[in-house]
Amino acid sequence: MLPIYFDYAATTPVDPRVAKVMMEALTLDGNFGNPASRSHVFGWRAEEAIEQARQHVADLVKCDPREIVWTSGATESDNLAIKGVAHFYQTRGKHIITSKIEHKAVLDSCRQLEREGFEVTWLDPLPNGLITPEAVAAAIRPDTILVSIMHVNNEIGVINDIKAIGAVCREKKVLFHVDAAQSTGKVDIDVEDMNVDLMAFCAHKSYGPKGIGALYVRRKPRVRLEAQMHGGGHERGMRSGTLPTHQIVGMGEAFRIARLEMHEESRRFKALRDRLLDGVKGMEEVYVNGDLEQRVPGNLNISFNYVEGESLIMALKDLAISSGSACTSASLEPSYVLRALGMNDELAHSSLRFSIGRFTTEADIDYAVAKVRDAVSKLRELSPLWDMYKDGVDFSKVKWAAH
Amino acid sequence: MSYSNKVLDHYENPRNVGKLDDSDANVGTGMVGAPACGDVMRLQIRVNADGVIEDAKFKTYGCGSAIASSSLLTEWVKGRTLDDAAQIRNTEIAQELGLPPVKIHCSVLAEDAIKAAVADVKQKRGLA
Repeated sequence: MLPIYFDYAATTPVDPRVAKVMMEALTLDGNFGNPASRSHVFGWRAEEAIEQARQHVADLVKCDPREIVWTSGATESDNLAIKGVAHFYQTRGKHIITSKIEHKAVLDSCRQLEREGFEVTWLDPLPNGLITPEAVAAAIRPDTILVSIMHVNNEIGVINDIKAIGAVCREKKVLFHVDAAQSTGKVDIDVEDMNVDLMAFCAHKSYGPKGIGALYVRRKPRVRLEAQMHGGGHERGMRSGTLPTHQIVGMGEAFRIARLEMHEESRRFKALRDRLLDGVKGMEEVYVNGDLEQRVPGNLNISFNYVEGESLIMALKDLAISSGSACTSASLEPSYVLRALGMNDELAHSSLRFSIGRFTTEADIDYAVAKVRDAVSKLRELSPLWDMYKDGVDFSKVKWAAH
Repeated sequence: MSYSNKVLDHYENPRNVGKLDDSDANVGTGMVGAPACGDVMRLQIRVNADGVIEDAKFKTYGCGSAIASSSLLTEWVKGRTLDDAAQIRNTEIAQELGLPPVKIHCSVLAEDAIKAAVADVKQKRGLA
């Protein structure tokens, strides 16, 4: 039997409705043409499908379809936005602001720019995982050209106040990029209202296929980018490469469905998430990581103190979940996100991320609750730290033999 | 990460889980690792008048390989003399459990634990 899937924040299965439109864009009897072909009907039909998909993406985030650039996914969109803006505007300044808990696509793009001579300010989140507009405002300097802050955090699911941060950036005339890979179909997005200049999306976190994403690039006032991929001049020169029609129509359909169903879906996810939390919070020493209110409904990141995450995942082999502990090397590094919240390493090592999605049922949740309770009890019986906690030992006074 | 059947067996049916009375002069305790590193092992042995380990108990906070390494160790040390037990090498544990390279540190920790437990009981008995 396959485990029950609780890792929707890692990726989602493609919705069957999405798979259907994708399959119609592949074979000889389908819409297989190259959308850049101008001389025959195969190209025209493919182009039409792509423009319709572009409209669906634009509708979800309330922008003009001409502001959507297709990419291979959110990683590429983040790279294009951050490096593209930095390279284009570097004569105005070489300072960029981001946070310590961004996705690696943002962190590593910024690190690359540091190597190229740019200066990056890495903001600390509050202990609840949020980045405040005040912190952004305080970090802006005359030579700041870009702020990049994520909408929803992939590990802890907290939702930043993008509108407030956007207002700060607009007032200070600094471009604002938002990684929205985790928020489409979960949180309302209005790029106009939020004062966002660039926004990265991907399809596969919202029941579309992997390998396709988009970047929103504001037209008024116009945001300029230096292309990172050169070639046929597709996507108004911002991103060359033949457009993958089947992937694009898949993303379009996924975003169209998201717009129609997200509010009802969110209510359902919230009920399931609360059921999961209610089921486990009765145990001792259980902590929710990240703000519980300002958070997408499908995410529960939770630490079970005195139980190590990898052994917990092993005990929960019937559940497909992820852990904040990466015990795979000699230097056991817990999640950089949880550490940046100021959490101690023990708790970071003891964390699990459940992410609930379109195909999660109440029965799945009840099964997970029973499994988690059993596993935590079993592992605490095995844990010398649990013994010490029960004996009232003050952990701060223990001398550990670190290794 | 896939685990060997031996690791899974020790993880699912850990041997000799528990605690011995540390105030007993014949009990040695080795506690190694640190919570910040993701693993802590507590290994305890009780030694008879002839210096032979007659009981061993463990509790481990850590990944499946760490739990299996300490569980296996409690089986191995029973019936051995203190000096003999202190000779157990991490490579033997890693080999027996089929640990992958990234999990070798778990067997190192188990070796440290038995050495620490042996040293503790020797000190208590005034042999060190």
